[in-house]
This record gives sequence, C-alpha cells and structure tokens, in this order.
Amino acid sequence: MKAHRRKRLGVIMFIAAGLSVAVGLTLYALSQNIDLFYTPTQVAQGEVNAGQRIRIGGMVREGSVQSAVDSLVVRFVATDYINDVSIYHEGILPDLFREGQGIVVEGSLDSAGVFQASRVLAKHDENYMSPEVKAALDAAGTSPEGAVTRPET
Amino acid sequence: MIPELGSFSLILALCLSALLGVLPIAGAHFNNQVWISMARPLTAGVFVFLGLAISALAYAFVTDDFSVSFVAQHSNTLLPMRYKFTAVWGGHEGSFLLWTFMLAGWMLLVGVFSKTVPAEFVARVLGVLGILIFSYILFMLSTSNPFDRIVPLPPADGADLNSALQDIGFILHPPTLYMGYVGFSVVFAFAIAALLSGRMDAAWARWSRPWANVAWAILTVGIALGSWWAYYELGWGGWWAWDPVENPPMITWLLGTALIHSLAVTEKRGMFKSWTVLLAILAFSGSLLGTFITRSGLLTSVHAFASDPSRGFFILGILGISIGGSLLLFALRAPLMKGSFGFEHTSREFFLLVNNVILVVSAASIFLGTLFPMVYQAFTDDLISIGPPYFNTIFVPLMMLLFVFVGVGPLSRWKRTSSAYLVAQLSKVLFASLVIGLVIPLIVLAEFSLAATVTLILASWIVFAISKDIGNKIVNKRSKVDGLKALGLSYYGMVLAHIGIAVMLIGAALTSYFSEERSVLLRLGESVNLGGYVFTLKGSERIEGPNYVGDEAELTVVKGDELLTVLYPQRRLYVASGTPSTEMAIDAGFLRDLFVTLGEEKGAGAWSMTLYVKPFVRWIWLGAILMALGGTLASADKRYRRLRVKAAGKSGVRSDALAAPELQAAS
Repeated sequence: MKAHRRKRLGVIMFIAAGLSVAVGLTLYALSQNIDLFYTPTQVAQGEVNAGQRIRIGGMVREGSVQSAVDSLVVRFVATDYINDVSIYHEGILPDLFREGQGIVVEGSLDSAGVFQASRVLAKHDENYMSPEVKAALDAAGTSPEGAVTRPET
Repeated sequence: MIPELGSFSLILALCLSALLGVLPIAGAHFNNQVWISMARPLTAGVFVFLGLAISALAYAFVTDDFSVSFVAQHSNTLLPMRYKFTAVWGGHEGSFLLWTFMLAGWMLLVGVFSKTVPAEFVARVLGVLGILIFSYILFMLSTSNPFDRIVPLPPADGADLNSALQDIGFILHPPTLYMGYVGFSVVFAFAIAALLSGRMDAAWARWSRPWANVAWAILTVGIALGSWWAYYELGWGGWWAWDPVENPPMITWLLGTALIHSLAVTEKRGMFKSWTVLLAILAFSGSLLGTFITRSGLLTSVHAFASDPSRGFFILGILGISIGGSLLLFALRAPLMKGSFGFEHTSREFFLLVNNVILVVSAASIFLGTLFPMVYQAFTDDLISIGPPYFNTIFVPLMMLLFVFVGVGPLSRWKRTSSAYLVAQLSKVLFASLVIGLVIPLIVLAEFSLAATVTLILASWIVFAISKDIGNKIVNKRSKVDGLKALGLSYYGMVLAHIGIAVMLIGAALTSYFSEERSVLLRLGESVNLGGYVFTLKGSERIEGPNYVGDEAELTVVKGDELLTVLYPQRRLYVASGTPSTEMAIDAGFLRDLFVTLGEEKGAGAWSMTLYVKPFVRWIWLGAILMALGGTLASADKRYRRLRVKAAGKSGVRSDALAAPELQAAS
C-alpha cells in the first residue's frame, strides 16, 4: 500500500470511528429522551402507566381552572370533549393560558390518576393550534373544523 | 391601488428572475457574451421590483389599509408606528417577502463586488440565485401573496400585531437572521457555479471566502439576537431551548462554521475541495430546512406560523429540487476533482479536519433530534417530542471536545508540525489553564465545583493558546508593536472569534450551572432572599399604554445594606387582540442579571412572580458579538482587496493567475 493511500485510509478510519461514536451516543440519548404523546381519551382508557414521562394535548375545560390564593398551585382539566384529565401544576402559567384554549402539558400521572405537570405550553399565536392538540381533537372527532384531518407527513 | 402595484411588481420580478435563471447560465455554457452580460442588469431589475413590492406592503401598513388581508391580520390603528412598519415581517406572507428581498439584496451585492471574478463565473452564480429567487417568488404568488385583498367587506380595524412581537427584538432579530441565512445561498451559488464550470481551485475558494465569512458573522448576530430576545421576552429565563425552529439556524451555523474553516484549507492548500462544496450545499440546505419547518406548521414551536399544508408541500418541493439537484450535480462532478492528502497527522489540515468532523456530527445529531418526531409519526402514527436533555447530552460533550482542538489548531502549522513542537508549545498553556481552572473557582465559591473548573480550564486553554500563538509571531520582531501591526486582519479575525468562543463558553456554562430561580407569591411588603439578593414587593399599580392596559409591580433588590436597583415588571393586556403579555424587569450586569417576571394577582396586592439570578448570562451574547466581529474582520482582510486592485489593473486577465504567487507569499 502506498503511503498516501495509507494516509487516506487513516483519515477515513478516523472519520468512521468518530461517526460511529456519535451515532451510538445519539441513539442512546434519543432512546432516553422520547416523550410520547397521549390524548385525554387514551389516558382515560388506562394506556399510560403512572410515573411515565409523557405529553398530553387538549383544551382547557371551561370553568375548570382553580388557582390557590396563597400559593402558585393551579388545578385544571384538559379535555378532548370526550374524556377529561385532571392536571396539577405548581408554577406560573404561560400568558396565553386560558379556558377553552389548546394546551400541551408535560409531566407524569401520579397514583391517584392526577397528571402532575412540570411544564404547561400554550401557543403565542391564537390562530395556531399545535399538532398535538389538533391530533387529540381529531382522534376524538371533536375538531372545530369538524372534518378529521390528521396532519399528513 | 398601491397593493395592486405591489402584486404587479412581484409578477415583474418573477418574469425577470425567470430570464435571470436561464440566460446567463446558458450564455456561460454556449459562450454567448450578450447573454452573460445580461446577468447584472437582470439582477438589478429583480432587486428593484422586489424593493417596490416590499415598499408597497410597508405603505399599506403605514396607511392602515385593512382591505389587504395581511395588514388586517397583523396591524391595528393603535399600533405604534415603528411596529406598523416592521409588522411587514410579522407573519408568514410578509416575512417571506422580506426573505426574498434579502436574497435580491445579496444578489445585487454579488453583482457589485465581483468585478474581479470572470464574467462567465458571475453569470453562473447569479443564474443559480436567479433560479432560487424565481421559485421563491412563484411560491409567494401562488400560495401566500401578501397583497391579497379582503373583498367585498374589509374590516374597520385590524386584529393587531401579536403582542409578543411588539418589541425591539422583533425589529432586529428576523431581518438579521434572514440576512445571515440567505447569505449562505450566495456561498451555495458559488459552489454550484464552480461545479457547473468545473473550476474548483484556490481562486474559487478565495472568491467565496469573504461571502461565507460575512454570512456567517451576520447569522451569528441573528441567532444571538434571537436568544437575547427569547431570554427577556418569553419569560422563562432561558436563552436557548432547542426549539424545533431554533435548531435549523443552529445547524446552519455549525455547518457554516465548518465551511469557513474548510474554505481556509481549500484556499491555502488546495485541499478538501469536494468536501467544501458539499458543506456549502449542506449549509444552504439547513437554511431551507429552517424555512420549511417554520412555515409548514408540522412541528410544535413558539415560532410556527399558522399555515395550510399546501405551503408545506410547495417548500418541500423547492427543498427537494434544490438539494436533490445540487447533490446530483455534486455526485456527477465531484469525482473530477483531484484531491491530495499531503499532510501529516499533526498538521493544521488535520486539526481543521477534526474541527469539521465534530461540527458536522453535532449538526447531524441536532438535525436528527429535530426531525425524529416527524419521521416517528410518519411510521408509527404516534406523536412524540424530543426534549432538551437529548440535545444537551450530545451537544455539550462534542463542544467540549471541539474546544480542546480550538486551542491546538492555531498553534499548529500547515503540512507538518512535529509532535514535540506541539507538546512544547502547549504544556505551558495546559499548566496555566489548570491553575486558573482549579484556583479561581475555589477562591470565588469556597468549594470545589466540577462544572466551574472544567469551564474555566477550557476557556483559559483557548485564550492562552491564542496568546501563545501571538507571542510566537512577534517574538522575533524588533518592535512588538510593529510585529502586531504586521499580522493580517484575517489573523486578528480568527483571534477575536476564538476568544469569543471562550467568552460564550464561560457565559453558557456558568449560567446553566449557577442560575437560581424561584416562583413565589409575595404580599405587599413581603421579601424573599434568592442567592443573597433580597427582593421586596413595594407595591403595584394600574398602567395604560398606547394599545394596552395592565399592572406594574415595584420591587426593590437589596444586597447586604445596599439598595441595588428597583425593578418594575409588568403584565399587559393588548386591547385589540385581547392577548395578555408579561414584560420582564431585568437589571442587567456584566457579572449577573437580576430578572423578575410577574405572574398574576392573587388576592389584594399579592402577586405570584418568578425571580431569577443569572450569573454571566451577558457573556453568551458578548461572545457572539466577538465572533461576529471576528468574521467581519477576516472578510475585510487586505488580501482580498489587494487582489481586487491588481486584477482590476489588468482587466480581462484571469485573477487567479495573478493570485497564485501572492498566495504563497501570504501563507
């Protein structure tokens, strides 16, 4: 093998080794950090284990928001208008959090079936509905447009 | 009438760009001088008509023409004038017009500042950009015309600009980001022109380099502005969230960083040619991907525009054709490029290769994490999200590895550097960094902190290595000042950008590890202590702005016995749209920020709020500014200008013939 060939091979081996380390690290990190998304109906049907980190999308049920006077605790109900999930959150809600508004919550179910939300996401654009909320309403057949239009990819 | 003129200008720009996309490239191919000479006038025409179009839209905003649908959705009679003007990019249609106009601006600059480049090469560059801008204008006219009217009944008043956008950050961030993004189209066009003409040599790299550096510098500023804006506007005290829309600029930036380093090797040593071309294609693809993700509405993000699927398909089409086409061209032409591997394992070429591999791998893993939810959904029909921990797990170790090489690279020499030399050079640097990294955190924090130690070791490693390199360069000069003067602007650009990395590293790491935050409920007169700072709620009152009403709280911050500052966080309700918005109160400082976001009123005079103490957070943006200055300095190097003057003196002579000996001297 000529010297420059060997050098080229060395460089290629180096790149390949770097890439495989990176791919391994990436796949490991990916497998650790996937948050699955569920609709309120799926939660009500018991598809989710307590303690599993998930996301739930839905609408904030009108009249369900109770915020404590002496602390930052907020309780509300996320719904797809078929089934409800009770949400518990301690913290400040985003600006656009309102009753009847689409939201996405991140967290896990506790043993009592209450969803302990570590993060509540509401959108900054009122006309924008996140794919999660839309999917939840579509699955329940309660999408405001009526028609079932899952986002195609 | 004016909006129709805007539409008409768009159509004219479309026609001119169609000609621009065909004639100059065909002219260069068939050696037709007339067609080649059409490139610059056609570019100017496209620029003028897009300029007219965007002016017409601005005029519609300023005159409150709510019969134009886009204006009605994004403005209001009460909106302050500066936001009426900038609401032009407050939504999908207008911001795409701005994007397209920016591209036309870059094209005009290419036409003006490429007098030394052979005419037929410029014709190909502008032709490629012409095809690109043609597809953008076609997209605008067919799916998202900003001049569409509401007929027959226009609303009496507009729906107002999204309240989160009514801010200086909105005035600055989108245009800067777009300008940086679109700048990579120019570098892409240079690469494609090189593939078309079959001349991928040092001259081509030298023509592209200033453009790549400037685009990279502007993109750096654009991303930093976005981070700064998110920091104080979104109210969660963060400066980077790995949001699906933040990621493509980051991917583009990482690939762009790899590109400007790879271009250096191509220019100075004539190597890595096909790799450089591939990077130019990839960086450009990153910018298109950003457009696609933002405008297709497929991913959940704070940036996403409300959108319909037809737009997503159209952009996907542009994306597929341009990336697929350029990669096909690359596959056909790349084998013609003769590569050489004349360098050793400890040469500068090798360290720049390492830099490129790390940067490309980090860009690829961010790309994977960003698109994985979409792919996953396509195959399983399940919706998932990938959280920030994924990105941090990958990005942080890769960057730490990269920073080690940022120290080594500048001290190494082209072709061959003996290991003994490197060890001799770097052992003192390593020793000094270890001392700094171990001692300073112990003195300041009075305890051992792994995070602070590692951060400071890496940051001082970068800075000391650069200082050592400067020292080496002037040590034999008779006068140190003359020695410093003799170093080129591009060298100083490199120094500045690398110091910027060290500064940003300190900011990012220390903020992440040592920030404190707490959500509290404060009654009138109550205090809370956070990290030694005592925040006291002194009162709250109603406020009224031009287009909003709200509340403002007053908090004093005391440290020891000293009153540091009084903070006034606000909570606003924008009247026209009915959207609430929180306005943070920030006391910015070189060493720390104090930061309060107001929640809601609970009972009389009691407010929920989140308090933050964020050490060194400003260093993140300071580092970005240094990097951008570095990129700008490098592109202003007299090497590029000198060649221009010489080549201009002998017009018609190929400038690379002139340049070759010069280059040897410079490197």
